[in-house]
Amino acid sequence: METMRLNDVTANDLPWKIKYDASRCTMCGSCVATCSFKAIVPKVERRRMVFSEGNFPEPKARFSAVPVIRQTKSVRDYCRGCGMCEKVCPNDAIKPERNPDTRHPIITRCLGGDSIKRGGRKNLEGSTRTLDTIRVGRISQMTDPSLDAQRHTFDLLAPFGRILPPKKLPFTPDADQQLVTQELTPPVNWVYPVIIGDMSIGALSWRMWEGVAMAVAYLNEECGMPVRMCSGEGGVPVRLLKSKYLKYMILQIASGHFGWNRIANAMPHMVEDPAGILIKIGQGAKPGDGGLLMAQKVAEHIQAIRGVPKADLLSPPNHQGLYSIEESVQKMFLSFNSAFKFRVPVAIKVAASATSVSVFNNLVRDPYNIVGGFFLDGIDGGTGAAHEVSLDHTGHPIVSKLRDCYLAAVTQGRQGQIPLWAAGGLGKTGDLAADAFKMIALGANGVFTGKLILQMAGCIGNDLGRCNACNTGLCPAGITTQEPQLAHRLDPEKVAQNIVNYYLAMDQELKKLMAPIGNSSLPVGRSDALVSTDHAVADRLQIQHVC
Amino acid sequence: MCRIGAIKSLDYIHPSMALQLMSSQQKGHDNSGFAMVMQNLGGIFEPYKHLPTLSMACTDDGIKIAEHILHEAGFLRVMQWTPEVHDEPGLDINAMPNYVFETFKYPKAYKGASQKEKEELLLDTRLKLRAALEPNEEGFAYSFWPDVITLKEIGDPRDIGTYFNLWDADDRFTAKVITAQCRQNTNYDIVRYAAHPFHLQGYTALANGENTFYLKNKEFQQGLHRGYIGFESDSQCFLYTLHYVHRELGWPLHYYKHVCTPLPFEDIEQREDQKQLLGIRQSLAHLEINGPNTIIGLLPDNTMFTCCDAKKLRPVVVGRDERTVAISSEVCGINEILPDRDWEADIYPNEREVVVINDDLEVQRWKQ
Repeated sequence: METMRLNDVTANDLPWKIKYDASRCTMCGSCVATCSFKAIVPKVERRRMVFSEGNFPEPKARFSAVPVIRQTKSVRDYCRGCGMCEKVCPNDAIKPERNPDTRHPIITRCLGGDSIKRGGRKNLEGSTRTLDTIRVGRISQMTDPSLDAQRHTFDLLAPFGRILPPKKLPFTPDADQQLVTQELTPPVNWVYPVIIGDMSIGALSWRMWEGVAMAVAYLNEECGMPVRMCSGEGGVPVRLLKSKYLKYMILQIASGHFGWNRIANAMPHMVEDPAGILIKIGQGAKPGDGGLLMAQKVAEHIQAIRGVPKADLLSPPNHQGLYSIEESVQKMFLSFNSAFKFRVPVAIKVAASATSVSVFNNLVRDPYNIVGGFFLDGIDGGTGAAHEVSLDHTGHPIVSKLRDCYLAAVTQGRQGQIPLWAAGGLGKTGDLAADAFKMIALGANGVFTGKLILQMAGCIGNDLGRCNACNTGLCPAGITTQEPQLAHRLDPEKVAQNIVNYYLAMDQELKKLMAPIGNSSLPVGRSDALVSTDHAVADRLQIQHVC
Repeated sequence: MCRIGAIKSLDYIHPSMALQLMSSQQKGHDNSGFAMVMQNLGGIFEPYKHLPTLSMACTDDGIKIAEHILHEAGFLRVMQWTPEVHDEPGLDINAMPNYVFETFKYPKAYKGASQKEKEELLLDTRLKLRAALEPNEEGFAYSFWPDVITLKEIGDPRDIGTYFNLWDADDRFTAKVITAQCRQNTNYDIVRYAAHPFHLQGYTALANGENTFYLKNKEFQQGLHRGYIGFESDSQCFLYTLHYVHRELGWPLHYYKHVCTPLPFEDIEQREDQKQLLGIRQSLAHLEINGPNTIIGLLPDNTMFTCCDAKKLRPVVVGRDERTVAISSEVCGINEILPDRDWEADIYPNEREVVVINDDLEVQRWKQ
């Protein structure tokens, strides 16, 4: 018999316990085969059965060897609660159950001597979400009638690019009373107000990335919705760089500059300009930290796209050589603007922070009118890999910070000049249209979303600690993995279909929110349309309190 | 709800015509006030067209405050007209003690000043008057501009007409353009400033409807120009945008429509001037209007126009005879004042056009 020591890991120390019913199990092996974490294994149990035959008790013992499924007791190969075993079991014989008595956060650190890393987003749920205390409370009735979401036309587009102050527009009337211009103005693309956020081709499986790209192409070419997707920091397949579909992509550059060698080399062969460039300075889920791609996920094609060996890929927390906001404007924006001959808007993405307004003010006051978008990412944003302590404890909620930036622009009469794009936990409840609409009314030009896109594709991770193993390369849904057998679980066409359908539904829902307030174009900054049931929220956001 | 009306004529007309235009529409408004702006003045004001006239309603103290400010600034009064009021018992009017219409000579220091400098002086002076009169509600300075008179009061328009003796036409108090409206702004507090038409530096605007982008407009406009103040009514935004587009940016009038109700993106893409239209949509996004609206506007050169929201949720009709054009929320108003016109020639403007009446009374329809 095995000797148990006090500090040995047992199932009771782990976040999930496997509930297994041997009497229902047919030993088909599906659950073990499907568990990418090796959290369950087949095992043989020795069973002792005491029985008696005849009219008087004459106990006898019979031993048998019974094949069963058992949970692995390890802090490396442990159950993440993904539920794939339950999904594939024909007899409902097995499922994970959340263990409220888990000691996982302690023993993992004790045994590993290293910080805990994971994917997903902040798992510490406090009070009600701010956006859920807000309602669209200004309904058009009588004198200003509601519109009809089904029959009226709506303009649901948002600017990506630097907007000039009206007096800087280089327009002069000619003899025919027409405004004419000879001068170049900063490039602006009008896009759908929900951008697919930056998730790199290393963080996502190639099949997932392909599915997202397919959805974007379909939304543009078949549905007439100019949805854009951001590449994330990790390069783009050369075939896509040279294709006409590049126009739907926003190329991201972050502190690691991963993939940019290939992008730069492909420039002479591009037949379309990209939709934009996004310079990532910070990320809401792990502010002050660079990107992180664990070696497990650096497969051969990732090495090729990024031009790196198989190793943990850590982007530095800072862009080396950028020591001031002014410098970032001059160096990065000008170099990217000139690289694409001032045809492609260049925007910046930062983590929401107590200092965001200062950064925004510096950019919005820049006399060269260069910065083409301020992407602000809040603490509830997701990530493929980060230190858990960063995920749970660093960052700034998005709602008040977005509002602060908008009101800072209002104070200076510069609203809209640098379009504001917000993210970080939007759509967390599954309803992105409502969150997006409220953010827009608070001053955002649009929103971007990443985690929800994964959930559309089939990601089962949630904010209660389920799965969140994106960093391991063992994604059971084939979404954040580069393992061919796992990636093949995902059908890219189904991914594309789900994303397209979600966008179509969201588009309807956005109209259903615009119609009752009587607006046919996006109500950017129309905070008078919102009310809050929470006094503190209403005060902080300068909207009406209702009860 | 508002009803708006405007009359432009080759002849000098009396405000009684504006009252007739509006009174037949009284079921559509709430009879809570009357306001009008007269421009291109006749009668006793005709000899003073080039000099600014102050239109003000105030207390006795208000007069003193205003005169002190005007005196300090160096303005010299050359003409004063006080309407003879008929304070009969039972009239529904919330009258102020004094109604002042005074014409001034510019200060001596402005003898060699440019037209623009004079125009800025007039605005600054009016803003100063308004600020000084505001604290104890000592008075309301509505306009201070050459060849323009403004009258606003709270009460039943018919009684206001009786009070000021506006029902009896004469040739002393006339103008070639009169815009009028019969309602106080009851959405918010009853404030005299909230009643349209509004006037700013030769531009006049009045509107029928709701501006659901009021907050966006207001937040943007209050940083654009020192004269964009008050915002007691969401319709003031229409005036400020008109002033900004036409005067401050110096753009032709037809771009006002592109600012207020930009074309859908797919339509802009088909246009040769898409760069300009997109630039306008981008940089002036916060001046876009939404909600049901019809606007009547008047330019300093007496050009009158009307346009409406992008869904034509508020109607307006334009009717004319040989010497007069009238714009009205309801056709019954025009029937009242131009009964013999060819009503088949009436224009019901659509959501993508601006109807413009120039000083020769030529009516043009501009497609956006």
